[in-house]
Amino acid sequence: MTMSFANGLAALRPRIDAPVAAFLSSCVRCGLCAEACLFHTETGDPKYAPIMKLEPLRRLWSQEFTVMGRLGRALGLSKPMSDEDFARWEELVYDSCTLCGRCSLACPVGNDLTLMIRKLREGMVAAGHSPEGLRKAAHRALTDISPVGVGAQSARKLIAAQSREVGIPIEIDKHGADWLVLISSMEYIAFPEMLGALARLFKAAGQTWTIASDAYEATNVGVQIGSCDVARAIVARTVDAAHRLGVKGVVTPECGHAYQALRWEGPNLMGQAFDFEVIHLIDLLDRWRAEGRLKTKGKSGLRLTYHDPCQTSRRGGLDPQARRLLNLVAEDFVETSDPGPWNWCCGGGGGVSANPRARDLRFKVFAAKKRQLEAVRPDAVVTTCSNCRNVLEESLEHWGMELPVLSLTELVAEYLDEVPS
Amino acid sequence: MSLLLWAKGPGFALAAVLFLLGTAMRLAEILRLGRGTDLARPRGAAGGQALRTVFSRFLPAPGLFARSPVVHAGGYVFHIGLLVVVIGYGPHLAVLGIGGRGLPAGLIDGVTLLTMAAMTALLAARLRDPVKRLISGPGDYGAWGLVFLPLATGFLLVNRVLLPFEPLLALHLLSVEVMLALLPFTKLVHAFTFVLARGYAGAIAGRKGAHS
Amino acid sequence: MSDSPGLATLLRHHGIGRRDFLTFCAGLASALALPPVLAPKLAHALEAARRPSVIWLSFQECTGCTESLTRADQPSLEQIILSMVSLDYHHTLQAASGAAAEAARRQAMADNHGRYLVMADGSIPLGDPGYCTIGGMSSADLLAQTVAGAAAVIAVGSCAAFGGLAAAEPNPTGAVPISRLVTGKPVVNIPGCPPLPLAMTGVIAHFLAFGRLPELDSLGRPRVFYGETIHDRCPRRAFYDQGLFAKSFDDEGARQGWCLFQLGCKGPTTRNACATVKWNGGTSFPIGSGHPCLGCSQPSFWDAGGFYRPLSRPAGLGPGMAAAAVAAGAALGAVAASKRPSERQPVTLDDLETKS
Ligand code: SF4
Ligand code: SF4
Ligand code: SF4
Repeated sequence: MTMSFANGLAALRPRIDAPVAAFLSSCVRCGLCAEACLFHTETGDPKYAPIMKLEPLRRLWSQEFTVMGRLGRALGLSKPMSDEDFARWEELVYDSCTLCGRCSLACPVGNDLTLMIRKLREGMVAAGHSPEGLRKAAHRALTDISPVGVGAQSARKLIAAQSREVGIPIEIDKHGADWLVLISSMEYIAFPEMLGALARLFKAAGQTWTIASDAYEATNVGVQIGSCDVARAIVARTVDAAHRLGVKGVVTPECGHAYQALRWEGPNLMGQAFDFEVIHLIDLLDRWRAEGRLKTKGKSGLRLTYHDPCQTSRRGGLDPQARRLLNLVAEDFVETSDPGPWNWCCGGGGGVSANPRARDLRFKVFAAKKRQLEAVRPDAVVTTCSNCRNVLEESLEHWGMELPVLSLTELVAEYLDEVPS
Repeated sequence: MSLLLWAKGPGFALAAVLFLLGTAMRLAEILRLGRGTDLARPRGAAGGQALRTVFSRFLPAPGLFARSPVVHAGGYVFHIGLLVVVIGYGPHLAVLGIGGRGLPAGLIDGVTLLTMAAMTALLAARLRDPVKRLISGPGDYGAWGLVFLPLATGFLLVNRVLLPFEPLLALHLLSVEVMLALLPFTKLVHAFTFVLARGYAGAIAGRKGAHS
Repeated sequence: MSDSPGLATLLRHHGIGRRDFLTFCAGLASALALPPVLAPKLAHALEAARRPSVIWLSFQECTGCTESLTRADQPSLEQIILSMVSLDYHHTLQAASGAAAEAARRQAMADNHGRYLVMADGSIPLGDPGYCTIGGMSSADLLAQTVAGAAAVIAVGSCAAFGGLAAAEPNPTGAVPISRLVTGKPVVNIPGCPPLPLAMTGVIAHFLAFGRLPELDSLGRPRVFYGETIHDRCPRRAFYDQGLFAKSFDDEGARQGWCLFQLGCKGPTTRNACATVKWNGGTSFPIGSGHPCLGCSQPSFWDAGGFYRPLSRPAGLGPGMAAAAVAAGAALGAVAASKRPSERQPVTLDDLETKS
């Protein structure tokens, strides 16, 4: 039992670096971050102001890393932090933040609040104040590889079934393949057609790929719950597999958090730069498109719109790639309001969808997305994140809306100018 | 010693020392913490985006102007007005040792009134909006006063209202000195640190090829 | 000597007709800010007035004030008024000297007890009574003895009113103003270095005509002469308001007659009548001839931050002090924010099972 208030502080302290200090020094308390956050705009509750969610981090920084704060504490002017503070903030830090990054883009002084909330979770989980749902998922991810319990055998079966379905072999643990491809949990359990689509796309592009039997799953609950220890263990599996299989690169699936976890946090968690490339699936597809490797035929006649996943568009910069691919296959593509970097979150990112306690709130704040969709009245909404896709479907159902949600990857695969199989 | 002489002599020296000491202190607090090296391969240019973000955040975020019109309109009028009054008024230029004639007195008067009106609107918004009220503390209201007083005393001084020239000049200088002295120790320090904050945000996103 | 002839006789003696006298009185009334209808009353009162005895004491001074009062090169209103008093003792002007002079002073005091006026220029050295002794008497004692039977005391010039030059930093003699040592008697301050002659004589005329002193401000100055600032009445004021300033003594602004604020003009903080009464028979005054006002009628004007330094410009901070402040601040901040070892226990599987 290592979780304790003291351990929470000990985990949080090293997260406080120059950017954090610059952000917290600069806040002018204008409240604009709240106007950008769907948890505030859709509930009207002021406690959801993003800067409020950071109060424990701000206090620790102020009391331990600033002259005035240290002076104030020495003189007994400020209340020392307590476990109570962490406990009271658990809901704000986990249930009401999807790490969507909208507040970070809105803050006039440039504060990356999202980054700080991610950091604060390190302290929260070490202090023992993280949602049970996420802890369970993290536990499963460490013991069974998949946070949702897709064991290696089930994964193998799903892969084999999809391979048969499209008539293209999908090789597991193939040494020397060009790419090691990760699949997200949601795809195994809800959208296995993704595997078939991948098989067709890689074949069309003339590249070899494989799935690792011990790292077949991309979702990094460690990053969501905010534990570098859990996150590192998950990243390490992929790194080992990539080395063992001698691949040139690792492809992260559509899921945005998985991309952030491996591509950006990965090397830093491991403490060394990767000697292989990590690329997001959409980035890779767009690269193939540019290289002329992706030939499509025909276009969908449906009125399609796009849901920008926060981690790929806003915080990933992959929104132009997604649109270039969409335009390959969509005849009637319509943008919602606030497209690209300013898109509204589906409400389920950052571990919120894995936290059953937050379900009602998540449905409530989906209202922002709902308004966007209702305004353009599409026939279907396309996205590039299987978690978004699942959350969109659930929320649309909750609100009684009939609207199919499609994967961009699958859509592109559908319009491939077919290669003889 | 008259108040004016104190304000011009020891008062100014004290304020200047506190201002320099405090500003250096706050910047050192930030920079001393440093940043770990990012081991992930860059996908975009951190430096260029850091610089761009320092400027691009002067523009309102899409959709937010409509959601928070007072903060935006008031914020722009207040910041620009303050800048115009501080560096556009002839006597200020002379005190700062910069040449130039300055803007017409009538214009400065108008801008000062407008700036104070904007600040009043911002204060009202802070008191009324639930979010702003929740996240505001004594420091926020204090900082408001620190900025408002120099504007108010300056306006009275130029227009010779309420008090004679000398006490008004003394009060104006003192109010500026109090503001300068406390700037580094309040949220007003964002006047310097915003460059760092925006720069870091831009660099972090820029390296990923993401938006900032 | 209080039974000396009235002013009317004196004027005739000076060859000044009644018509000229009335013109003077009209001018005086306006200088004293009296309504014009009071001018004949003033004339009447002055004609009827008896010459009061005046004892003039000089302490730590430069005689500039006396010069100002007496050196006009043609008969002026001031001189006429001055001739209304019986100057029974004056270091510089009296013919008598030594013991005879002191005897004259004592005589005048005895003859006019309770009615004579004391005019004093110069400051009193309290730090060392050895400075400025007369006939073996210290300045302070001389003052105390002389004002004891006086009706009122008029402190002439900035040294007498506020300490002036002698009291400027570091004030080696421990100089203090007259008002500091006089209790129980009205004291009028007529500051200036020197003061306007009209301010001195105006007060006397007021005393003669109305038997009391004019209304004073918080610094003991007659409001009629010190009620407004130089800046209020300055001919260059329009340029100030437009922000047009001379930046040096020979630049375009100086030639155009622009405001002298940036050259250190103390007009805005100086209360005096120079801008309206002017000097040398109404010819001009410093600002009129291109020099900033030094603020000589204000307390501590010698130490008011420099004659040629703009009023609003702070003294500034030496580079050494500035560098020290920055260095100290940076050191403080760096120490406060330095990372300290903090033992962190990794999150384990067990932890993830624990219910919170
Ligand atoms: S990251 Fe998104 S959900 Fe979290 S506080 Fe910011 S705007 Fe709200
Ligand atoms: S938007 Fe930025 S400056 Fe404004 S309250 Fe939020 S964090 Fe602070
Ligand atoms: S010259 Fe002096 S008194 Fe005249 S307007 Fe300028 S500052 Fe005022």
